[in-house]
Amino acid sequence: MTTALALAFVDPGLSAQSSFRSIMDAMARPGTVVSLSEQVAPPHPLSRGGAAVALTLFDQDTPVWLDTALAAASDVAFWLRFHTGAPIVTDPRQAAFAILSDPERAPPFEAFALGTLEYPDRSATLILQVDSLERGLSLSVTGPGVKDRSTLRAMPLPPDLPQRLVTNRALFPRGVDLLLVANTAVAALPRSITLIEES
Amino acid sequence: MNAPAYNFAYLDEQSKRMIRRAILKAIAVPGYQVPFASREMPMPYGWGTGGVQVTAAILGPHDSLKVIDQGSDDTTNAVSIRKFFAKTAGVQTTTSTLKATVIQTRHRIPETPLREGQVLVFQVPIPEPLRFLEPRETETRRMHALADYGLMHVKLYEDIAQHGRIATTYAYPVKVEERYVMDPSPTPKFDNPKMHDCPALQLFGAGREKRIYAIPPYSNVVSLDFEDHPFERYRHDGKCALCGAVDSFLDELIMDDHGRRMFMCSDTEYCETRRALGNGAQGFSKATEAAPA
Repeated sequence: MTTALALAFVDPGLSAQSSFRSIMDAMARPGTVVSLSEQVAPPHPLSRGGAAVALTLFDQDTPVWLDTALAAASDVAFWLRFHTGAPIVTDPRQAAFAILSDPERAPPFEAFALGTLEYPDRSATLILQVDSLERGLSLSVTGPGVKDRSTLRAMPLPPDLPQRLVTNRALFPRGVDLLLVANTAVAALPRSITLIEES
Repeated sequence: MNAPAYNFAYLDEQSKRMIRRAILKAIAVPGYQVPFASREMPMPYGWGTGGVQVTAAILGPHDSLKVIDQGSDDTTNAVSIRKFFAKTAGVQTTTSTLKATVIQTRHRIPETPLREGQVLVFQVPIPEPLRFLEPRETETRRMHALADYGLMHVKLYEDIAQHGRIATTYAYPVKVEERYVMDPSPTPKFDNPKMHDCPALQLFGAGREKRIYAIPPYSNVVSLDFEDHPFERYRHDGKCALCGAVDSFLDELIMDDHGRRMFMCSDTEYCETRRALGNGAQGFSKATEAAPA
């Protein structure tokens, strides 16, 4: 039980503010890697970065879906419930947020809430825990928030992510928003971005 | 009793989280108005409760806050909001557009170009650009869903039919990233081109109407117009009586009962900076005397 009761933010207010500004900055400048300075020590396999995002954005109003590896670790659900109060759901369609500790085996994005044309904001934000935001698959994107083009590298990712991003963009203004979170950094791929095909 | 009377930046953490989630969705869908559970603030509606809530949700102890009202740093509204955050968040406040990291504004965009990393927070009274054309929320929501903006073009066309030109001078509708028609808040249309390709993040908060929307940096923002009646910036044909600027947006000041008038920069900080650099008045001796040394 000691891991389950591992500490959250030391100063909940100011740490959440600092993390939020990093996440907002990442979302406003898609593909840019922004440092995430607030440190927490969550139970495995929830990563430090994933936990910081959870503490910043989750509460009783945000149903959360966990992937198989996270759902199998009872400490994680306990830690999330204790520190954020967020209900854990098993139906991905009901989730406001999803944490994927194993992005290579991510379910299809269509399994999550995509919003409606009237309310495109009622869609899921997917938090992909990655090992690195410096190595791995290279993605060049353009769109709102990007001056010319922005190139992001991350691993591991779903192997068919480029195709998924194209499909997700075609749904606009519906679609899911992605947060790629390493231990101390975050990058975002909101639904508004367009993938540039590498020649 | 050493406990602080308020949480950091006044709002409680749960409210901030709710606003922060709305801001992220607003950035992901540029120009779309995200509904949010607006809180009561210790100031009346119309004083910028939407902008204040957005500012409270993003503000941190290392920020430097500037607040302007119609371009001025010195009006009651601007001074009150600046004091509010100096008191509840202990943040540094500034009047300098260059030094500020967060700028809350009512009805103007500063003349000094914004830079990357800055956040411009607009106070918005009526966020729905179609509201005066179609009062039913269910209908305007459907129109946004289908990107059906014919009604707005009819409105602009009627302007031309009646006045010979598009007579809308403020809250001039824009289209963001070729998708959503958006109300830029009641800024003069002079400021519309500044929203396009702006390096700063622009956030819009409407407290009474409970909506948050956003324009990410470097977004495509186009003022609606017609091929034969293109969008035109409007500015009084004159120069600032205090600093001589010929490029800034001007306020008109009536001087006496005989219709004498003068123009001066609406952006007070821009005007003061120019005067500090030695730009002087042009033929208004009284105005020159009033200028600080």
